[in-house]
Amino acid sequence: MSGSRIDEAFADGPAFIPYLAAGDPNIESTKEYVRALVRGGADIVELGLPFSEPIAEGSTIQNAIVRSLEGGMTPDAYFDLVEDLDIGVPVVCMTYYNLIYRYGEEEGPEPFVRRAAKVGIDGFVVPDLPAEEADPLREACDEYGLDLIFIVAPTTRGERLRRIMDRVSGYVYVQARLGTTGARTDVSDQTDTSLGRLDEWDVPKAVGFGISEREHAERIVTGGADGIIVGSALVDIVAEGDTDDGTVAERLERKARELKEGALAGGESRPQPERP
Amino acid sequence: MSQSKFGRYGGQYVPEALMPAIEELEDAYQRYVLENEEGFVDDFRARLRDFGGRPTPLQHAEALSARYDREVYLKREDLLHGGAHKLNNALGQALLAKYMGKERIIAETGAGQHGTATAMACAHLGLDCEIYMGERDINRQRPNVFRMRLNGAEVNPVTTGRGTLKEAISETMRDWATSVEDTHYVIGSVVGPHPFPRMVRDFQAVISEEARDQVIEKTGGLPDSVLACAGGGSNTMGAFHEFTGDDTDLYAVEAGGSSLEVDEEGGVAPNSASLSTGSEGVLHGARTKLLQDSDGQIMESHSVSSGLDYAGVGPELAHLVDEGRVTPVNVDDDGALESFHRLSQLEGIIPALETAHAFAFLEEEYEDLGEIVIVNVSGRGDKDLESVIEETAERDIEGAPDMDVFQGGL
Repeated sequence: MSGSRIDEAFADGPAFIPYLAAGDPNIESTKEYVRALVRGGADIVELGLPFSEPIAEGSTIQNAIVRSLEGGMTPDAYFDLVEDLDIGVPVVCMTYYNLIYRYGEEEGPEPFVRRAAKVGIDGFVVPDLPAEEADPLREACDEYGLDLIFIVAPTTRGERLRRIMDRVSGYVYVQARLGTTGARTDVSDQTDTSLGRLDEWDVPKAVGFGISEREHAERIVTGGADGIIVGSALVDIVAEGDTDDGTVAERLERKARELKEGALAGGESRPQPERP
Repeated sequence: MSQSKFGRYGGQYVPEALMPAIEELEDAYQRYVLENEEGFVDDFRARLRDFGGRPTPLQHAEALSARYDREVYLKREDLLHGGAHKLNNALGQALLAKYMGKERIIAETGAGQHGTATAMACAHLGLDCEIYMGERDINRQRPNVFRMRLNGAEVNPVTTGRGTLKEAISETMRDWATSVEDTHYVIGSVVGPHPFPRMVRDFQAVISEEARDQVIEKTGGLPDSVLACAGGGSNTMGAFHEFTGDDTDLYAVEAGGSSLEVDEEGGVAPNSASLSTGSEGVLHGARTKLLQDSDGQIMESHSVSSGLDYAGVGPELAHLVDEGRVTPVNVDDDGALESFHRLSQLEGIIPALETAHAFAFLEEEYEDLGEIVIVNVSGRGDKDLESVIEETAERDIEGAPDMDVFQGGL
């Protein structure tokens, strides 16, 4: 691995990776919320660029995307938002391929990647882009030194897994269960099996889909994950708005701290892998 | 393995969780549909005949032929069981799912035609069936919802977005991402990731297989033109496929809606003319022509005919248009409604509003269509009567029945 900012984020133990939909409910709030998550211990931030047809998302994030689009979010507004963030941790852009493909005057993903690199984005997750269709984006990422993160599902095995792992950089996003994104109350056994299948690759493994509590984070890191990705549980806090328990930013920071502590506790209860 | 692309269109843009199911489907398509393993194709053809009522007639339309001074033939898919071409595909896929050992079927539906066809096919084959349908469409298409329930299907309302076909497809894909191991997704048109566009086309190609033989038998030659309406494009590809190697002109008639202009600010295209006006992008698993804004967000489409109301189109049609083999044309809501009434009165056939678009094009451009014209009557119009009553009352349509009869209240 090349030693990107994302690689470094995994260097000091298990990483906590929160997700928010950019522009939910508006751009200024997103900046405030992202900074709160970083104060709470975020090592990388996944920031969603909303697409009108988010086929991989459950209802929580779908609704966030609707709020964001209604608030006027666009790819250009997104890039400006990221450029203003200045948070000191890597930012990963999570979006759907049509927005990447359509951006700019020239055909293909290059204009989007060029602009992303310029505003300080470190990598991409594109849920509707399987390895088979990813070469143009992979090449553009290589050109600008960005990471391309792929999702592996519980159903990904054998030849398919190899095809994905040949193209991944930064981290591999291990989907904890079948289905769409969304907070759940239990942790799937499928996760351990999925992590087991990835043993032979030394790219960091971050687990997402359904993580909402400290105990999940701890349990998943104990099971061998190098990081945890939490989206819907945080988006729920944004959707609730300010409550008697505190402002959205305060509650996001608290939740982030709790999840990060879970991840760290999980990391202590297993032997740390050696990293160069 | 079959090709996943049509020129630059098509492909497999889906979440990783779906890829193993798609690979399994590719394999099943290859073995059962293309190679007739276990006699799948024979079984399918026999069921289309006995359960579906195939072959459907190619009827010489006497009044239209006289009106336009050329020979007009109607391919009567409205006479297929269920009243539309949709059963060709629904039965094919449900049967394939059965051969694959899947126990549960899910499907999306817009106007309800594909949902009812899938529900019928599942009842016929003894498969569990759940249909996703936009909340708004459920309210617009109550008789079809009840038909699905009568056949034992669950109907799940989709409440996201505007609650129409586009959202229903997204929601069905989400279900499939959770249930791939025991469930098959019966997609309703020649859209979606490979192998769906190719496979759905193959199931619908029976339309042009029959029509080609029938027109040769009746006229001794091939038609000068074939007309079919185009939303997602399944009746279109079905009606065109066997003619693509011939000298016949192929016209895909899209819904021009109320206008071809686009409201970028509001995210609305008041039409469904993605072949005529759309641009290249990726939606629901395929690269194709789409109605989208300059950022790549998908527009809300609109047509008086809910069955054409979709922001994308099958990738093979997009390719055939680029190649110049298929000519995309469009007619507006008014023209479609006028043709709905005209066909009902002149030929005694009440067409689906989708189908009425093809007849509106015939009315406008018959002079350029040659001596022998085939129009694909993709479905019958009983399902549209409520909207036609409403829409007709708002317009002054020549030849429409007098609406005064309803003045006592509905």
